[in-house]
Amino acid sequence: MSSKKEPELPARPKTRFSRRGFLGVGISGGALGTALLEREAVAAPANVAGPGPVAITLNINGKPVNLTVEPRVTLVDALRNYLDLTGAKKVCDRAACGTCTVMLNGKSVYSCAVLAIDAQGKNIETIEGITSPEKMHPVSAAFWNNDAQQCGYCTPGFVMACKGFLDEHPNPTADQVKHGLGGNLCRCGTYMGVRAAVLEAAKAAKGGKNG
Amino acid sequence: MQSFEYANPATLQEALALLAPRWGQADILAGGTDLISLMKDYLHTPKRVVNIKNLKELEGIQKTDAGLRIGALVTMDELAKNADVRSGYKSLADAAAGIPSPQIRHMGTAGGDLCQRPRCWYYRQGFGLLAMKDGKSLVPGGENKYHAIFGGGPAWFVSASSLGPALVALGARVKLVSAKGPREVPAAKFFVAPKDEASREIALRPDEILTEILVPAAVVKSATYEVRQKEALDWPLATASVALTMKGNAVASAKVVLGHVAATPWEAADAEKALAGKTITPATAEAAGKAAVTGAQPLSQNAYKVTLAKVAVKRALLEAVKAPKA
Amino acid sequence: MANTPDYHWPPMEARKVIGKSPRRVDGPMKSTGRARYSSDLKPKDTLFGVYLTCPHAHARVTGIDTGAAEKIAGVKAVDVLAPAGTEVQWQGYEVAAVAATTEEIAREATRAIKVEYEVMPHLVKEDDLAKAGARAKQGGERLVGDPDKAFQEAEAACEGQYGIPVVTHCCLEPHGQIIQWQGDQVNAWPSTQFVPGYGGALGQSLKVPATNVKVKMDYIGGGFGSKFGPDAWAVVAANLSKKAGGRPVKLYLDRATEQMIAGNRPSAFAKVKLGGKKDGTVTVWQSESWGTGGFGPAGGPSQPYVYTNIPNIRQVHTNVSVNAGAQRAWRAPGNQQASYLTCCALDDFANKIGMDPIEVFKINAQYAPQARVETYRYQLDKAAELAEWKKLWHPRGEAGAGPVKRGLGVAFGAWGGAGHASQCRAIINPDGSVHIEIDTQDLGTGTRTIITQVAAESLGLPMGQIKLSIGDSSLPPDNASGGSTTVGGVSTSTRKATLNALAKLFEAAAPALGAQPEELEAVDSHIRVKNSPNKSITWQAACRKLGANAISEMGANVPANANAEGLNTGGAAGVQIADVSVDTETGVVSINRYTAVQDCGMIINPRLAESQVYGAVIMGISTALFEERIMDEQTGHVLNPDMEFYKLAGIADIGDIHVHLDIRPENDKRGVIGLGEPPAIPICAAVGNAVANAIGVRVPRVPFTPDRVLAALEGRNA
Repeated sequence: MSSKKEPELPARPKTRFSRRGFLGVGISGGALGTALLEREAVAAPANVAGPGPVAITLNINGKPVNLTVEPRVTLVDALRNYLDLTGAKKVCDRAACGTCTVMLNGKSVYSCAVLAIDAQGKNIETIEGITSPEKMHPVSAAFWNNDAQQCGYCTPGFVMACKGFLDEHPNPTADQVKHGLGGNLCRCGTYMGVRAAVLEAAKAAKGGKNG
Repeated sequence: MQSFEYANPATLQEALALLAPRWGQADILAGGTDLISLMKDYLHTPKRVVNIKNLKELEGIQKTDAGLRIGALVTMDELAKNADVRSGYKSLADAAAGIPSPQIRHMGTAGGDLCQRPRCWYYRQGFGLLAMKDGKSLVPGGENKYHAIFGGGPAWFVSASSLGPALVALGARVKLVSAKGPREVPAAKFFVAPKDEASREIALRPDEILTEILVPAAVVKSATYEVRQKEALDWPLATASVALTMKGNAVASAKVVLGHVAATPWEAADAEKALAGKTITPATAEAAGKAAVTGAQPLSQNAYKVTLAKVAVKRALLEAVKAPKA
Repeated sequence: MANTPDYHWPPMEARKVIGKSPRRVDGPMKSTGRARYSSDLKPKDTLFGVYLTCPHAHARVTGIDTGAAEKIAGVKAVDVLAPAGTEVQWQGYEVAAVAATTEEIAREATRAIKVEYEVMPHLVKEDDLAKAGARAKQGGERLVGDPDKAFQEAEAACEGQYGIPVVTHCCLEPHGQIIQWQGDQVNAWPSTQFVPGYGGALGQSLKVPATNVKVKMDYIGGGFGSKFGPDAWAVVAANLSKKAGGRPVKLYLDRATEQMIAGNRPSAFAKVKLGGKKDGTVTVWQSESWGTGGFGPAGGPSQPYVYTNIPNIRQVHTNVSVNAGAQRAWRAPGNQQASYLTCCALDDFANKIGMDPIEVFKINAQYAPQARVETYRYQLDKAAELAEWKKLWHPRGEAGAGPVKRGLGVAFGAWGGAGHASQCRAIINPDGSVHIEIDTQDLGTGTRTIITQVAAESLGLPMGQIKLSIGDSSLPPDNASGGSTTVGGVSTSTRKATLNALAKLFEAAAPALGAQPEELEAVDSHIRVKNSPNKSITWQAACRKLGANAISEMGANVPANANAEGLNTGGAAGVQIADVSVDTETGVVSINRYTAVQDCGMIINPRLAESQVYGAVIMGISTALFEERIMDEQTGHVLNPDMEFYKLAGIADIGDIHVHLDIRPENDKRGVIGLGEPPAIPICAAVGNAVANAIGVRVPRVPFTPDRVLAALEGRNA
């Protein structure tokens, strides 16, 4: 479709361009992940970055995390491949299944359709930040109580979607539950448990507040 | 995904300066629900991605005497929940709320909804926008159950926009800005059925940004009805959006626009004529539905969409007159 | 051992843990995102592997050049899988693979590989048998009795055409694994339904002794029959690892490739003719069926299904070879198709003679295997009662006025599900802790939980005191989780291992209690003398008697002995009723209520058993309403290798499901029977019959999408 000639992009505004130390070096061998993560961020405020790896800072579960990724790295890949936060899963990788759901500024989103670099400055919550086996979030507890997981691969995304749903609908009806969780798919067929779990978690949250 | 440089302009002027005069060079990133997938599938291989989410002037919904101004960055979730939209422009709220995935509603923007690329599976598999192979479209002889029943080709994909039919029915305009200045285009002219592979399905030029949508103030009854098979994560099979100006109980003028049946939102002029002066009843609504599909040319596998379009019109009309007045 | 323990399950009323519904033991890990699947792991220095696949349905590779890919910084190994001359028979075929330091680089490198193809003619669609030509191979005709004569004598006959398409497994965790091949040592972290068999098979492919292959898997994100042995991609990952100097290589299929080559369920289309009496008795079955399982051969569904003793049968099946990825076992292989063809034909026969289908199904239950005849009759009645059949059913097409029509439909399924060969080790330590070791896998069915329950029941301990290790090739081998054989296998081996260990503990504790070992029992964390509850010491005290020596005892399920032992068996029956509404203006089918009655022997955990049935029914509803692999004959492409147009049911799309586990004493005493597959069978048929009941005409082809429903209503059935 497009011509093979030189790109017709307007020149990058020079003053706004900070060519980082390692740009142009390309990606050398060696384990990228942690090695680059820990490398000092050389980023200067600039409005154009990349296409090589860029030092970025993400605010994940309340903490700033530095990592170095190419602009094309999605948030789910950054979490899983660069940070070892593997609760969010990569399944369809096309914004259609919900297993990669995380919260961005308090709203549930598909992290496979977010660029990691684009998530800077936003409050990112992953399942690791809201719940743990030792201190279960009411939604996780309700998933356990209602057997809302089988293989469990969709479960973290579903838990995040349910949390987001309950934040918006603290007193949901059964019908709202059915229609408010249309962004997540499960292959084992845990939906009956998920429906019950969401209603139970809503009740539990209220009980907590009143008590 | 092909690597690209990521631009994060702070102002509209900066953003415009980063765009290119030709397609394929730079892409605009808002919600990302479509663009990121397009890039993963190498259907878009921009050298630069311009994030416009910092442009404050593209945010917000304002109600003025002239009507409604919807910033391009307004999310589908905001649109579905906004009180002014819900009370005065029900068809628009219906369309936004109809998207079954909360995550998509949280991420997807109004501007992105209008600019998203078709979901045609031949296009998505790399056969091009018109799905041409050896000079012939693959669609008529292929798997076309989700394709167009109007327009007669060569563009057989259907416009994927959820808001398009409602905006066209409401007589909205979209504001497109380039470094040279702004222009306004009626929503009905924003969507274009491309005639050749080099063209796009929208009037946006590669160096322009869609900044806002302007919906005129008018006392209308409106509704959007989507025929969906699944209630989760799916596209509608056919939709209808109607906007009625009433004179007493009778329709003074009607706009009836179909969605997911053509490369653009499809204005059903015959339905509009059929409704003039009529009271909306199940019978007149059904008659309008029949009129709406005048000229439909279904393909080998999508005759059912003619039926669905009829039903969508009927149901949207009956829904519109149930709705409270603006 | 002095005495062989009595392995029999305790009587129903005496059970303390079995038959109860504790929450699944790995629930906290799963519902907090802490469960680590193999695809979540990243051992030190892991490289990312990515495939380059063939875009054509049929082609010959004429040239392949990996030079440019190899030069990309970060690329550590490139492997050509389809060298020049290779004839590729389906889209998605693996042509080359790259391992690189990041997934992004690996993906980019695959695009730098230049492949030249000579595109060859293909056939990718099989629904129209007339177009299959030489690609169709008819099997032999099966003849029972005298069908021609039976048709002549029949008081009524009906003919129908039915079709059920290719669907994919669509496991959420894609196929793949991490492999590290360093020297003569191989470490594998797979996603597999067969951990204990994986190492041996992989070792054989790599020519490495099985002893040098370590396999570890804690969790698997779905298999449904598609993830048994190490796949080609395990060998590829191993080779890439070796080439890259022994760095681990993580190679998982991307979604499109997963949908194209990682397995699917064969299609089945058929023309069926039934004849019989006006009282509902079928006397003759005739079917000509065809279908595809991809390029290679695939068997047809067995027909007639369950009612196999119909006296006159003529049946023939044709396999169509198409240029598409190969079939794999799909949760009750062949049975959904078989149930669909048979139960729809029976329903049409009932309609033809103006009878209630429940009555026709009951009358013809005489043709089911003798031992199950009464089970089916009972279950048909039970399901009808629970679904309010008498109140809600109406003759076909008499669904009243208004555009939305309600209808009911019934269908049945049958499955084996006896336990597979299994070994388990039970260790009782002097400090009282208990360790159960068994190289099995929990597919999400609850295997961990039921093993823990069986151990706790057998040892008289709370579940929390049992430590369980699974999914590790260093443990005693269980078997493949396929065919619903796991629960019978692991429950039996665990029962025997724990009782064998307990017998040893009794020997150690007996002197202190002044009794013979065989007089002791383990109850409520105590070892006590039977019938003398006062003569008792705590579990801890008993274990201290072991001194420094832990007890380590094995237990095995040996399928050949299982019948005699009575701990597990096979043979599950189920009857299901769908209650649907059809919007006749839009053709949209929605499920109101779905009733599943299922016999499954002795149930270890009713909550988990119900979850299996819910899951099976939901998967079935998804296939009945939405799922189908769509092939394009012009391009040879799979058009929906994704999760957008390969449509799965969502949480709002399934109606309300009611599960009735047929736990009667006569079922309980049969022992444990697997449950993963049996309830997944009847759904397409039950929904199809319900749709026909609602709208008055048969929609012949699954899935029941608006286009097909409207076509049937408008008489446009093809």
